[in-house]
Amino acid sequence: MTTSDNAPSTRARSVANARPVPVISFVSAFFSNFIVQRFLLFLLTVWVAATVIFVLPRLTGQDPVKEKLLLEAQRGGSVQAGMNEMAKEYSSRLGLDLPIYEQYVNYMTDLAQLDFGYSIAYFPRTVNEIIADSIIWSIGLMTVTLTLGFVLGTGAGALLGWSRSPGWLSYAFMPLLTLSAIPQYMLGLVLMFIFAIMLNLLPFFGAYSPGNLPEWSLGFILDVLKHSILPALSILFSAVGFWAIGMRGMMINTQGEDFMVQADAKGLNGARIFVRYAIRNALLPQVTGLAISFGTLLTGAVLVEVLFQFPGLGNTLFYAIRVSDFFQITGIVMTIIISLALATMVIDLVYPLIDPRVKYTQN
Amino acid sequence: MARVASARNLTMRTRVRLARRRFGIFYQERIEPIFSYGRRNPSLIVGLGMLGALLFFTVIGMLVYGRTEPHITGRAQDSRLDAYVSGGAPVQDKRLPPSWCTWCEDIVELEADEKPSLFQYPMGTDTQSRDLFATNLRGIPLTLGTGLIAGLLSVGIGTITAFVAAYYRGVPDVLIRLLTDVGISIPGLLILIIIRIQLGTELVWWQLGAGLAAVGWVFSSRTVRSQVLVLREQPYVEIARQSGMSGLAIIFREMMPNLIPYITASFVASVAGSILASIGLEALGLGDFSSPSLGMTVYWVIQFGAITLGMWWWWLFPLVFIVIIFVSLFLISAGLDEWSNPRLRRQA
Repeated sequence: MTTSDNAPSTRARSVANARPVPVISFVSAFFSNFIVQRFLLFLLTVWVAATVIFVLPRLTGQDPVKEKLLLEAQRGGSVQAGMNEMAKEYSSRLGLDLPIYEQYVNYMTDLAQLDFGYSIAYFPRTVNEIIADSIIWSIGLMTVTLTLGFVLGTGAGALLGWSRSPGWLSYAFMPLLTLSAIPQYMLGLVLMFIFAIMLNLLPFFGAYSPGNLPEWSLGFILDVLKHSILPALSILFSAVGFWAIGMRGMMINTQGEDFMVQADAKGLNGARIFVRYAIRNALLPQVTGLAISFGTLLTGAVLVEVLFQFPGLGNTLFYAIRVSDFFQITGIVMTIIISLALATMVIDLVYPLIDPRVKYTQN
Repeated sequence: MARVASARNLTMRTRVRLARRRFGIFYQERIEPIFSYGRRNPSLIVGLGMLGALLFFTVIGMLVYGRTEPHITGRAQDSRLDAYVSGGAPVQDKRLPPSWCTWCEDIVELEADEKPSLFQYPMGTDTQSRDLFATNLRGIPLTLGTGLIAGLLSVGIGTITAFVAAYYRGVPDVLIRLLTDVGISIPGLLILIIIRIQLGTELVWWQLGAGLAAVGWVFSSRTVRSQVLVLREQPYVEIARQSGMSGLAIIFREMMPNLIPYITASFVASVAGSILASIGLEALGLGDFSSPSLGMTVYWVIQFGAITLGMWWWWLFPLVFIVIIFVSLFLISAGLDEWSNPRLRRQA
């Protein structure tokens, strides 16, 4: 991933192309460029995920359309006559009766245009519309909690790992450690019980009061904030613990480094050493960790949304699973995978800005 | 000196003395370090203790807790532990709080002859009057078992692929590295959701574990591979290769002992991750509906709105067990950190 990993190969390549044909050297330089490589990895990730999702259903030989219709018939108690014709009609409309390679090409073209087709459960509506309705809630919740969690957690971890912090701070370590080990939705259960049921302070489901319509007014925004406190807190608590533990470990390691002794010997004041020497260096693995743990945090948040019936992507996914709406499930899963892959790529690409020792340029 | 002497016929006393000395050396070299490691790492001991206590509680509970007492639904032939598995339809709506809890009687009205004795339902019942103590006793081993299967399989696959990548280099290495890079950035839980929905059948605990390993091995592979790459450049591995040791012998005799800390750490991490994912999958309603695992209990809790019904015993006890599992696994992995990362030893 870093330059040390691919440096030897690029060096070998540049020796081999000592006097190259210009076009070939341009191509090789293009593909050995880190940004290009990272983008290719992003494309590969999305392609692999999409292919897995395409292949798996065809391997098991299930017919999502027919199954859905059968389920509806059982629920509604309607006659099952003409079910096969109906399934066939739907299949041809959804393009499921084409040869497999054509389906694959169609699927990939649609995906490239981020078009996930129609929902089976809410047929006239497209999956994109459903996702567009819910993703805004998820983005709001996740941005606030992930940013706050990272900042607070890293700050707490830095203080916990700093040898000159007041002694009583070390008592905060065990609770933080426990918090980070508890799944987010478990914490959500406890918070819901304490604040919504026992104390009756906060609403325990939804993102706004029933009867309220989404609009840009102060009252509605306050209502949303009130509803978001509990889901946000349950994600935040474990996120803070998670980042604090990682940061604490890195702070302890950093303090053993020679440059810390040197900074001390130079007579710099404590605050400067703490911020510019210790935090600056301990922060780097935290950022790499951010890229890796994004997925775990996000899937945890999906369940928190289900628990609080917060109308984001996770809750929509849960209802899609309950009515076995396969296209909607695929759409939501692909949306989450793409946004995750995008986020990790962005983190990897901005990393050199934070750590000048890592350079992605060729020399 | 002792070794030369031991071959000859010696008096019993000498033999005992020699055996004692040999045991002393063995103790000092092998056992003592374990204890001193434990003393320096209380978190490892606490974590193992918590996990051990949970297992002890489960085993004792399953042995002691009634196999013969009639179930409240009236199916006298059912033992209580089987009450959940046999999955009977709800007979009556009698949700009982823990029977020792004298202050929570008012949730349901009971006839005088139905009053349970003091420890008849130590963790109460759910809305379908299933015994939750029995459910939890069944659920803990199921959940731990899923994690264990997933952990073993993913560490196994991860280690093998790591060795293949590091041994052959070239194309296999590039392929495996790409696969792990791609696999790490795709959340396994989402792929599992698709797999599970497409299979259509419910996955029993070990199948769920295998499924989790199928998406989780990439993490182990990555950890172990980076270590194998470091190790294979070490002088002693080079010497072993020069002196004609076979590839397998180098792997098992020279490299494995140095990899065990990493493999163990990666095992603990993947057990914890798999249990987290399995509970998540079950809470989404994709678990085995006839199984009383902890995750399924969470699913029923959410489905029946146990929190709003005020049935705290339904969610609190599984929650406590889940927290014990995660905290103990976390403490174990924190305790093992020093073993796999000797740089930390200065601070510990």
